[in-house]
Amino acid sequence: MTVRNTPNGFHLNDAGRRIIVDPVTRIEGHMRCEVNIDEDNIIRNAISSGTMWRGLEVILKGRDPRDAWAFVQRICGVCTGTHALTSVRAVEDALKIKIPENANSIRNLMQLSLQVQDHLVHFYHLHALDWVNPVNALKADPNATSLLQQSISPHNPKSSPGYFRDTQNRLQKFVESGQLGPFKNGYWTNPAYLLPPEADLMAVTHYLEALDFQKDIMKIRTIFGGKDPHPNWLVGGVPCAINIDGVGATGAINMERLNLVSSIIDRTITFIDQVYIPDLLAIAKFYKGWMYGGGISGQSLLSYGDIPDDANDYSASNLLMPRGAIINGDLTKVHEVDLRDPEQIKEFVPHSWYKYPDESKGLHPWDGITEPHYSLGPNAKGTRTHIEELDEAAKYSWIKAPRWRGHAMEVGPLARYVIGYAQGNKEITEQINFVLKTLDVPVTALFSTLGRTAARGLEAQWAAGKMRYFMDKLITNIKAGDLATANVTKWDPETWPESVKGVGFTEAPRGALAHWLKIENTKIANYQCVVPTTWNGSPRDEQGNIGAFEAALMNTKVERPEEPVEILRTLHSFDPCLACSTHIMGPDGAELTQVKVR
Amino acid sequence: MTKPQHILLLGIGNVLWADEGFGVRVIEHLQKNYRFPEQVQVMDGGTQGVYLVEHVQAANVLVVFDAVDYGLSEGTLKCIENEEVPKFLGAKKMSLHQTGFQEVLAMADMLGQYPEHLLLIGVQPVELDDYGGSLRPQVKAQIQSAIDIALKYLADFGVSAEVVSVYNAITDPVLDIQRYEQERPTATEACRIGDERILQSEAFEVRPLVSPEELRLKVDIDYRGKY
Repeated sequence: MTVRNTPNGFHLNDAGRRIIVDPVTRIEGHMRCEVNIDEDNIIRNAISSGTMWRGLEVILKGRDPRDAWAFVQRICGVCTGTHALTSVRAVEDALKIKIPENANSIRNLMQLSLQVQDHLVHFYHLHALDWVNPVNALKADPNATSLLQQSISPHNPKSSPGYFRDTQNRLQKFVESGQLGPFKNGYWTNPAYLLPPEADLMAVTHYLEALDFQKDIMKIRTIFGGKDPHPNWLVGGVPCAINIDGVGATGAINMERLNLVSSIIDRTITFIDQVYIPDLLAIAKFYKGWMYGGGISGQSLLSYGDIPDDANDYSASNLLMPRGAIINGDLTKVHEVDLRDPEQIKEFVPHSWYKYPDESKGLHPWDGITEPHYSLGPNAKGTRTHIEELDEAAKYSWIKAPRWRGHAMEVGPLARYVIGYAQGNKEITEQINFVLKTLDVPVTALFSTLGRTAARGLEAQWAAGKMRYFMDKLITNIKAGDLATANVTKWDPETWPESVKGVGFTEAPRGALAHWLKIENTKIANYQCVVPTTWNGSPRDEQGNIGAFEAALMNTKVERPEEPVEILRTLHSFDPCLACSTHIMGPDGAELTQVKVR
Repeated sequence: MTKPQHILLLGIGNVLWADEGFGVRVIEHLQKNYRFPEQVQVMDGGTQGVYLVEHVQAANVLVVFDAVDYGLSEGTLKCIENEEVPKFLGAKKMSLHQTGFQEVLAMADMLGQYPEHLLLIGVQPVELDDYGGSLRPQVKAQIQSAIDIALKYLADFGVSAEVVSVYNAITDPVLDIQRYEQERPTATEACRIGDERILQSEAFEVRPLVSPEELRLKVDIDYRGKY
């Protein structure tokens, strides 16, 4: 038994039963969580482990830096475009390539559309089922659902009893046929579900509506990226020409295409205002007593910032999405973040399956080493190829431990929103105050699983508004006669210096993302990605600080250990870039049940 | 049968994990060498999940290419149709995008638009745990057979393809199978394995490089400056 206080303020005790949450998929990277619960089923120790080698860095070695975006976009099935954008920015930074204004606006439109779509899909198609019970929706009175809908969103025209009855009938048909489809893995009898049936029916109806709507948002990236699902990117700008008087749907961007984008943006704004935000608030009202999952969100937060207003200026004042760091819970001071400063971001490996020459020290990503070293600690259970229980005192994760000035940090929508709030960002402050007032909760309520979920919804609303801004900016610029979309003056590698380095960053939907690269003799010599789930899913560091996932699980009560819906809520609230399955282990090590987690 | 309005040929998988890339490589080959009538769409679905729903909904006929672990001998092709597909995919743990694809099918069904005809052409993978690696020869050799099966299936709907000889870059040129294989860093530069489930020994196993003889159909085209 180990009892210990971490430097970042958590009291760990591994005496109780261990719940193992272990995913078994390979494509986007595995994640495993283990927690110890005490006799009252409260989590007293938490371990987050990346159980899969992601060697993207090394397969890029020796390749052409102009090609890196196409590889990184295949890392994951969800955040494709944002990796590609980060990559082209890193190369442009290294080679000092300036992109045209139109390219900046178009990239922002693509990035913002990804934010909106990802947040929407996350809320309705991954996270909602942690709060909404579709089976319970069958018991709802469609008339009551209609009244509820009209009360929370008076301008939403889709509110008739017949509309909700249709969904109910469709759902009934699914249940009767025995194929619950996407709903089949839930814990639908768990008392953790608190919504009345009419709210469940409303949310399930919007699950379907959002599924139908989200595909429109993607058209924005198809139009500007030339194709879908894997849009094209280009070092130096965007790979689409503008020919405003052109006709037809193929080739260059013309007025008809721009009008289509514009109408999608309008419909997106309406959908978020009339459906997403009202649903979020309605659901939150029923769960506002469930204030678990804050972790380090009240103390250590990091955002690199994104969405440059003017092209080529990546300073904090030009970034519309906030940039900064908060440490020690001091919201009165937002620290400046410099991705080039070797003293700020460092990755540590004492608990990661990598080898450094001196593991007491961290390495800045430009000097990063990705040398695998797999070993299990003496207290691990199982075998090397089938781990039953990890030993967190030793190396236990394929994820490195990134730290900002030595602090474990949370990244993502909540981090961005708290930083924006602390900086006095007018739009963000207004949004947050509106939510706090509507729900009648104090600002500290933000530091929770629900706070993370709320921040994501607010950010989707913000991002949709900013799409309108950049669309107008793009059209104004085009009308003024500027049609440039790419700068290819440095396309030829012969124009490049022999040895350069660069860093590119974005705010991916799930948090701060950066790629650091070194180019030598026109080829990639080193490439290091620090992805949002590296920050949030980080293992312990050499000081024993726990990471954001680990911290967020601490002190949560799990009503039924064999149905750990509370663990899923909190892990899902980070929108982790992975998919997983859970194995719940009994005290004797026997597997009680297996459920899929996404 | 009457001519369907919309046919989707969809390849799914991850090209970075050796035989996982089978579906995507079939699509690449189709895009390079065949031209279809307008109602046929040929799509590299990668590892996308929910984002593929609309394409599945829009299709009357859907043909999916993928690597699927049937427990058969290496490189064996197996086809399953219509209602067998979701049932099969749900039966055994495979990879995320497949679990995801089963959900994509369920979502399309819930939205009330499901392909009338669905064919899954799966290949039994030889090797998945080879990060940055390409298709193994037994799997690569099945690309044309998988295409032939699909073409025969489409012929039943009165749809035929034209074989073309002029390369037209629709796919990401940088992920083109030949460049992907030839520009791969060596195993010493880039560790290729690491999932603990395949780490059987104390030391990492290093697999030999694919020999140049195995790289067929070399096409020497410079895609630079196309933009």
